Amino acid sequence: MSTASSVLKEGRLPRWAEIALLPAINVIVALLVGGLVVVLIGENPLEVVKVLLWGAFGFQEAIGYTLYYTTNFIFTGLAVAVAFHCGLFNIGGEGQAYLGGLGVGLVVLAFDGQPFYVILPLAMIAAGLFGAAWAFIPAYLQAKRGSHIVITTIMFNFIASTLMVYLLVNIFIKPGQMSPESREFAENAWLPFIHEMLGWFGISFEPSPLNMSFLWALALLVLVWLFIWHTRWGYELRTVGQNENAARYAGISPVRNIIISMLISGALAGFLGLNEILGVQHRLLLNFTAGYGFVGIAVALMGRSHPVGILLAALLFGALYQGGAELSFEFPRITRDLVVVIQGLVILFAGALEYLFKPQLLAIFRRIALMRAGG
Amino acid sequence: MTGQNIPGGSTAGDAPCAAQPAQGHDFAIELRDINKHFGPVHANKDVCLRVRKGSVHGIIGENGAGKSTLMSILYGYYQASSGTIFINGRETKIRDPQAAIAAGIGMVFQHFKLVDTFTVLENIVLGAEGGFLLAEGVRAARAALQRLEREYELQVDIDAVVGDLSVGLLQRVEILKALYRGADILVLDEPTGVLTPQEADHLFRILAALKAQGKTIVFITHKLREIMAITDYVSVMRHGEMVAHRVTAETSPEELAELMVGRKVLLRVDKTPAHPAATVLETDNLAMTDANGVQRLKGVSFSVRAGEIVGIAGVAGNGQSELLEVLAGMQPPSGGRFVFNGHAYDAAHPADARGIRAQGLGHVPEDRNRLGLVSSFSAAEAAILGRQDDPLFNGLILMDERRIRENCLHLMEKYDVRPVDPALPAANFSGGNQQKIVLAREIERDPDLLLVGQPTRGVDIGAIEFIHRRIIEMRDAGKAVLLVSVELDEIMSLSDRILVMFDGIIVGEVDPAEADEKLLGLMMAGVDPRRDGPSREGAQA
Repeated sequence: MSTASSVLKEGRLPRWAEIALLPAINVIVALLVGGLVVVLIGENPLEVVKVLLWGAFGFQEAIGYTLYYTTNFIFTGLAVAVAFHCGLFNIGGEGQAYLGGLGVGLVVLAFDGQPFYVILPLAMIAAGLFGAAWAFIPAYLQAKRGSHIVITTIMFNFIASTLMVYLLVNIFIKPGQMSPESREFAENAWLPFIHEMLGWFGISFEPSPLNMSFLWALALLVLVWLFIWHTRWGYELRTVGQNENAARYAGISPVRNIIISMLISGALAGFLGLNEILGVQHRLLLNFTAGYGFVGIAVALMGRSHPVGILLAALLFGALYQGGAELSFEFPRITRDLVVVIQGLVILFAGALEYLFKPQLLAIFRRIALMRAGG
Repeated sequence: MTGQNIPGGSTAGDAPCAAQPAQGHDFAIELRDINKHFGPVHANKDVCLRVRKGSVHGIIGENGAGKSTLMSILYGYYQASSGTIFINGRETKIRDPQAAIAAGIGMVFQHFKLVDTFTVLENIVLGAEGGFLLAEGVRAARAALQRLEREYELQVDIDAVVGDLSVGLLQRVEILKALYRGADILVLDEPTGVLTPQEADHLFRILAALKAQGKTIVFITHKLREIMAITDYVSVMRHGEMVAHRVTAETSPEELAELMVGRKVLLRVDKTPAHPAATVLETDNLAMTDANGVQRLKGVSFSVRAGEIVGIAGVAGNGQSELLEVLAGMQPPSGGRFVFNGHAYDAAHPADARGIRAQGLGHVPEDRNRLGLVSSFSAAEAAILGRQDDPLFNGLILMDERRIRENCLHLMEKYDVRPVDPALPAANFSGGNQQKIVLAREIERDPDLLLVGQPTRGVDIGAIEFIHRRIIEMRDAGKAVLLVSVELDEIMSLSDRILVMFDGIIVGEVDPAEADEKLLGLMMAGVDPRRDGPSREGAQA
C-alpha cells in the first residue's frame, strides 16, 4: 500500500512526518509564542534567538555545558521511553535519578581509597541498581496489585526527596558545616572531564562540566535501540505495551515485562547520578536532580520514544538550558524566570500538545495525495 | 431484463437512474447516482436505489462492498460526493443524523448505542428528553412506548436496566428508540449477527408487524438465508456499485451469491468422510470462573481425535471463548481437567500459553485484532507472535531479522496474503489478509491440535473458501481441529461432529448429517428437543 493511500484511507501521516515534521512544527510554534513574550517584554526576539544559539553552541565552553545538560536528558528521556514501550507512563524518573545518585555516593564514600578502575564499575552498578530498586516497588504494585504506576511513581518522587533530606541532614553531612552535603570524594574517584580526556590526545578544549558519562549516555542510546527493536525481550516488552491480550495469547507474561521494563527504566534514570555526583559535584548533596527527571518526560514524548528522537530532543533541551542561562546575562530584562517560561512553552507544545497540529498537517497531506492521485 | 420493471432502479449497465421516468411518489427512499470518494477510493459508484414504501428491502454484499458507506450517507454520517436523495418523493439534504431523524429515518446499528447503567426508558428518552425537566418527558414517553410495544410485538420491560438485558432485547430497545423518534423508515445493519435463530425469528415477526403498519424497512446483511426469508426486494452491491436489483421471490441464493462475488461460489464445502484416529484432546468436567466471579464454564466434557473437526455451535457469550482460552493456556480452569497429547492440566496445574504451544497446540483466536495480532507490528513481527522464543528466529542476543522476514514471505506466498510486504504494519492489511497471516502462522507450525475461533469473521467470501479449505486440509493431514463459530453454515459444512454450547455447558452432540438450523437453534437456546421433547420449543434465552 502506498503512502498516499494510507494517508487517505486510514488518516495516517507518513512516518517521517509523524516522527520529524510534527515535533519540528511544535518546537517552531513554541519558539514563536516565546518570541511573542520576548516582544511584550520589549526585546528583539531575533536578537534573543541569536544570543540563545550563540550561548548554546557559540564557543567550546558553551558546547560543553550544552552537552552536559544533554547527558542528563538522555538518561531521563530513555528512562521514560523504555517504560513507555511497555505501555507504562513512568513519571518517577526524578526520584529514580535521585536514588541513583545516592547509590553512587554510597559506593564512592565507602571505596574512594580504591583505584578508579574499581570505583567506576561499582559506581555504575550502584547507580543502576538503586534507580532500578526505586522503580521496582511501583512496578511490582502495578503488575501484581494494579496500583496505577503514574500515581505510585509520583509518590515515590516525594518519598525519595524526603529520604535524601533525612539522610543528608542526619547521616552523611560533613561534620562542622551547615549545608547538608557529604564530604568531597577523593579526586581519584572523579569521572574524567571530556576536556581532560581530549587533552590525553593532545586536543585542547575549554573546561566544562561535560564528562565521561556523556559517552555512556550515547552508548545507552544504541543499547536501548538494539534491546527494544532487535531482541526477543524487546519484542515481548513491546507486545505487552501494544496489546496486553495478544501478549497473554502468545504466552508472554505482562507481569514479568512490566517489572523488567520498569527496572530498566529505573536504572537508566539512576545513571543521572553518574553525571551529576561522580562527574560534576563530587559529593553527595540535595536537589542535584533539579527537575531533569520531569523534563525527561517531554524529551521522550518529543523524541517519540525512539533513541534518535531522544538524542535530538535532549540536545534541544540542553541547548535551551545552556543558551537560556546566557540570555539572562545579555538582556537585563530577560530574567532567569523568562527562560523557564520559554522552556515551559517548548514542553507544553512538544509534550502536552504533541498532536495539536496533526489534523491540519493531515489535511495538507491529504490534499497533496489527492492532487497526485487526481493526475 | 428483470431490471426494467422492479422497484430498485437500474441494473448495472443500464442508463443512469436519472434518465428513468420519475415515479417518485410511491418510493420511501430514492437514491440517484450517489457517489462517494475517499480520496482515490471510490466507495460508492453511481449508486441508484429505490425502496418502495411499506416494503422490506434487502441490501446484500460482501464486506467492503459499500453497503455501510451508503447507509451512512443516508443517515447523514457522510456527505455524498455527488448525487441526490429523495425521501417520500421529496429531494432531501441530509447533513447530519438529526436531519435524517427529522426526515423519518431510524437506524439500528450492529453495535448498540445504549448506556448500560440507564433503564430502557431513560435510554429511549436520551437525546429526546423534550424539555428542561426530565419527569414530564419521561411520563409522555412511557405512554407512547407502551402503545408502540403493543402495536409491534416489541415487549420489553421499560424499567429494566439495560445492562441486564439479553442481546435480543437490546435490539428491541434500539428499534423502539427509532420508532419513538418517529421513524417511518427503519434501517437495520446486520441485525442478526448476534442473535440465536429463534431470536432472529422473533425479530422477523417484529419486522413483519412493522411492515403491516406501513413502515418501510431496509435490511442490510451478508446472509443469503435472511434475504430469502424476509425481504420483498433485494439489491446487490459489489465493489461500491449496485450490480443488480431483484424481486426476492424471483431469485435464488445461488444467483445472489454469484452476483455478490462476481463468479460462481460453492456454498457447501467439499470434503471426504473423516478418518478419526487417537484422541488428542479430552476434557473432563472442565469449569472456569472469570475475574468477576461469574461461572463461564460449568462442567464441559468432550474429546477431539486426530483427523476430525469438532465444531462448537452456540450464540456468542455462552462460554465458547472461555473454553478456547482455558485450552490455550490463557486462563486457568477453576475445576475439572483436560488432557492434551498425554499431558494433564487442571486447576492446580493449569496450562500456560507458552508451554502448551510447545506441546503442539495451535490457536487461531476468535478476535484477531484483540488477541491474534499486534496491529502496530510489521507483518513479519506479527507472523512470529508466540514463536518469538524459537531458536530459529534468534541469535545469541539479537533476533535474526533475515529469517523473520523470510518466514513471513514464505507464509505470505503460501497463503496468498496481499500485499506481499513483510514491513507493512499488520493494521494496514484487510481483515481477510490479517486472518490469513494468523492462520498461516498457526497452521504452518504443524500443531497436533488446532483451536480455531470464528475463522471467517469479517472475511470476504473469496477468502472464506480458502480458509475453509486449509482447515480441511489440516484435518486430512491427520490433525485434530476444534472449531468454534457462531455461523451455523460454517459449523454445519466443516464439522465432522457438532457440539452445541449454551450457558457454559454442552447441551448435546449432533451428527452434521442430521443437523439443521431448527435443531441447532433450539439447542443453542438450551433445549435439546430429542431429550426434552417438543413441548418446550418456545423456551428462549
